[in-house]
Amino acid sequence: MSVLDLITILFTGAGTVFFIAGTAGLLRFPDTHSRLHALTKADHLGLGLIAVGLAVQVASPLLALKLLLVWGLAVLAAATTSQLIARVALPPHLERQKENAGQ
Amino acid sequence: MMPLAFDLFLCGLVLAVAVAAVSGRELFGSIVFFIVYGLLMALAWVRLEAVDVALTEAAIGAGLTGLLLVGASARLRRLQAPEEETGSRKARAATAIACLSIAGLIGAAVLLLDPRAPGLAPMVDCSLAESGVGNPVTAVLLNFRAYDTLLESTVLLVALLGVWSLSDERSWGGHGGLRQYARPGGVLATFGRTLPAIGLIIGVYLVWAGSKQPGGAFQGGTVLAAVWLLMAVAGVADAPRVSNRLLRLGLVAGPALFLAIGMAGAMAGDFLRLPPEHAGNLILLIEAGLTVSVAVTLALLVVGPPQRDLPHGEPS
Repeated sequence: MSVLDLITILFTGAGTVFFIAGTAGLLRFPDTHSRLHALTKADHLGLGLIAVGLAVQVASPLLALKLLLVWGLAVLAAATTSQLIARVALPPHLERQKENAGQ
Repeated sequence: MMPLAFDLFLCGLVLAVAVAAVSGRELFGSIVFFIVYGLLMALAWVRLEAVDVALTEAAIGAGLTGLLLVGASARLRRLQAPEEETGSRKARAATAIACLSIAGLIGAAVLLLDPRAPGLAPMVDCSLAESGVGNPVTAVLLNFRAYDTLLESTVLLVALLGVWSLSDERSWGGHGGLRQYARPGGVLATFGRTLPAIGLIIGVYLVWAGSKQPGGAFQGGTVLAAVWLLMAVAGVADAPRVSNRLLRLGLVAGPALFLAIGMAGAMAGDFLRLPPEHAGNLILLIEAGLTVSVAVTLALLVVGPPQRDLPHGEPS
């Protein structure tokens, strides 16, 4: 087993842990906002670690860059959608702050 | 061993999600399961090494159809339509039996096929040089069986006409009824300005790559439609009037170009026959036209029938 394989095992392993933790949070946490909090860890860190773990295995640097691009796009989309879902899920007594928040 | 375990797991997951989508009590939940089903199917097609089909399934099956269903469900909620069980118990049972029989027949047909039979693949491979493209799927879709693709692109147009015909008389010629929720300077508005640059490149690349690798007009067109829809939802672009001449030109460009090239073939002897020396360029031309038409048609399908005549923001 080469050093690269070791890096892959370490990173994808750590990424999987984040995905499992995120899934557990999504299923067990009580409300939308804490569930989002759990989910974004899986989307951002979990996927990022797996992408890095796989990027050291591919033959061409271009392919590694593609993997990182996939991660970057997923982060962009996940960050945006979680903001939007969080806003929709705000309880009514925070409605007024909702108008001012996030500008 | 591992790949087999993964495939079995994937098959089980596809079936479970399909059952959840059909038997769901709540409309929105069923739609979410339907989208997940499309994504899992795309994964299954990748496992079967049918990347072209996987791309189409992900873009159109999961993405666009899912979006249409979400739009329809939001519309029902706005109209406050009661979410009730439709059809009698008997009718539902009959539908279930009919669906199961069709699934059974298709399953039997697939299992009865000889897995070692080469099918039509050797024939395609042997004429690939004459097709003008290197991707056998594109060769079949736009050269050997161009007739099917021509009809497919026309069906899309007819579907849009069907949606448009739902508009009431006063709104005819007006703007599409897409609602815009984005706050200026908010997260969605920023997203709607960041992603289109990347989306445009990916959409055009998918069409361009289609002649040699998986990709093509339908997949690329769907990505472009999604880019425009994102911009519309983010408030960066507004839905055009359905009477816009440029818009209508875009709608018919693909099928018309396809038909014209087909007719030129008919003059030379055979309808839709592409001369091998020009086939590559002609296919690229048809793909370019189709991409525009597919993108505009799909985006307008999601936008829905024309509903308002005033620019958004003003009371209508």
